[in-house]
Amino acid sequence: MAANEAGLAAFQAGAPMFQVRDLRTSILKPASFSLSAGEALAVRGASGAGKTLLLRAVADLDPNEGLVTLDGRDRSTIAGPEWRRLVGYVPAEPGWWAGTVGEHFGEWTAALAFARELGFREETKAWPIARLSTGERLRLALVRALMMRPKVLLLDEPTAALDVASVAAVEALIDARMRAGLAVLWVTHDAEQGKRVAHRLLVVEAGQVREEAPEWTVISP
Amino acid sequence: MDSYIALSYWDLAAASVLVFINAGLSVIFRLRVHRSLLIAAIRMVVQLALVGLVLTTLFSVVSPLWTGLAALGMVLFAGHEAAQRQERGLSGWWSYGLGTGCMMVSSVVVTVFALLTALRPNPWYDPRYAIPLLGMILGNCMTGIALGLDTLTTSLVSRRAGVEAQLMLGATRQAAVAPVTRQALRSALMPTINSMSATGVVSLPGMMTGQILGGVPPAEAVKYQILVMFMIAGGTGLGAVTAVLGGVYRLTDGRHRLRLDRLRPPKPA
Repeated sequence: MAANEAGLAAFQAGAPMFQVRDLRTSILKPASFSLSAGEALAVRGASGAGKTLLLRAVADLDPNEGLVTLDGRDRSTIAGPEWRRLVGYVPAEPGWWAGTVGEHFGEWTAALAFARELGFREETKAWPIARLSTGERLRLALVRALMMRPKVLLLDEPTAALDVASVAAVEALIDARMRAGLAVLWVTHDAEQGKRVAHRLLVVEAGQVREEAPEWTVISP
Repeated sequence: MDSYIALSYWDLAAASVLVFINAGLSVIFRLRVHRSLLIAAIRMVVQLALVGLVLTTLFSVVSPLWTGLAALGMVLFAGHEAAQRQERGLSGWWSYGLGTGCMMVSSVVVTVFALLTALRPNPWYDPRYAIPLLGMILGNCMTGIALGLDTLTTSLVSRRAGVEAQLMLGATRQAAVAPVTRQALRSALMPTINSMSATGVVSLPGMMTGQILGGVPPAEAVKYQILVMFMIAGGTGLGAVTAVLGGVYRLTDGRHRLRLDRLRPPKPA
């Protein structure tokens, strides 16, 4: 225990806001990286390489091992529900549990602050989930996650099914949140998007995660 | 019991003609069920004959040990049957252990309660009362628990994305699976509720019919049936609630994650 605490202390010295060390699952090999407030890491890799597994392990949705800290707090000392409010996750195929859009938001009026920026209106509240397009589902799931005011946001191809204007709207919204300190782990297959939104690059290959120098100029957050 | 009419083996042989007629229909219509129909009929005869022998012996000795062992055997068989009836049960010993444990607790508690309060035979464990009562409660409890656990596991698999979406938004595991838990409990209790509603109007329960055929006055047989229905409702409710909540506990963890990896792999189609 003492060795673990000593390791934690050393790990946190001069620490960025969010740190991951040796995070692993039965499939994912030990992954280490860090994120500062307002910083974005693009995550790239072929389909099936383990990008989603990495995000799920960070969100603590699957059994995993390793050290993850946020603002110096060890994840294991934070209850699961509280952790997921601090570290939001938007999966590539968001889930729904009720019939209409409004039922998935505690306060639709509060949600509208973000939803309007992504093209939704007051009436969207009454829309049945069944009639939503894939793009609408992704954007609404993003609104849902942003409403928790997380410190870190894990995005799994959030613009994969969107038109050019919607992609720009999503990127602008995330950029605005990053200026307020949000750190982002953004899975994207689009190299140009990585260049637009991220400061650094993580590559996932056959369950192995490594940081690579991006092909774009690195700008500090 | 004075008007009881004893059946001869010839009476049973005559009744078995009806099963042969069914088998004949299966051949005529090419249903290909005649073989399994006849095997099932033979199994039923052999099983009941054995049970008759066991009960005769059990009733003659009136021993708490043998009554207890017979009850244990019945619970273990019921647990096995409940585990078999699930499309995707829990993996490992949980599949058998959870259903059997909940069935044992609920049916034994309810049977003992009825023996000590309503029936009060002497001795209280008299197998003539304890074993048939336990059997009836166990049969219904088994159906309820199997239905409840099956609904829980299949619904968690099919509604996984919705449950995990709530977990991702900071819901606790209890809150995220609450709709599925309610659905599983409703499925478990519905057969008992339906059977209570239909009893006496749509159907005459087997036990009551048996008692009347055995010469018991209908008013007395009805009282027994009402007692049994209350016991079934209580036992099924208790068993299903503990089994479904146990299933929820097993299929989530302390970090409030959904643990579908703790389910058996799906059966091949």
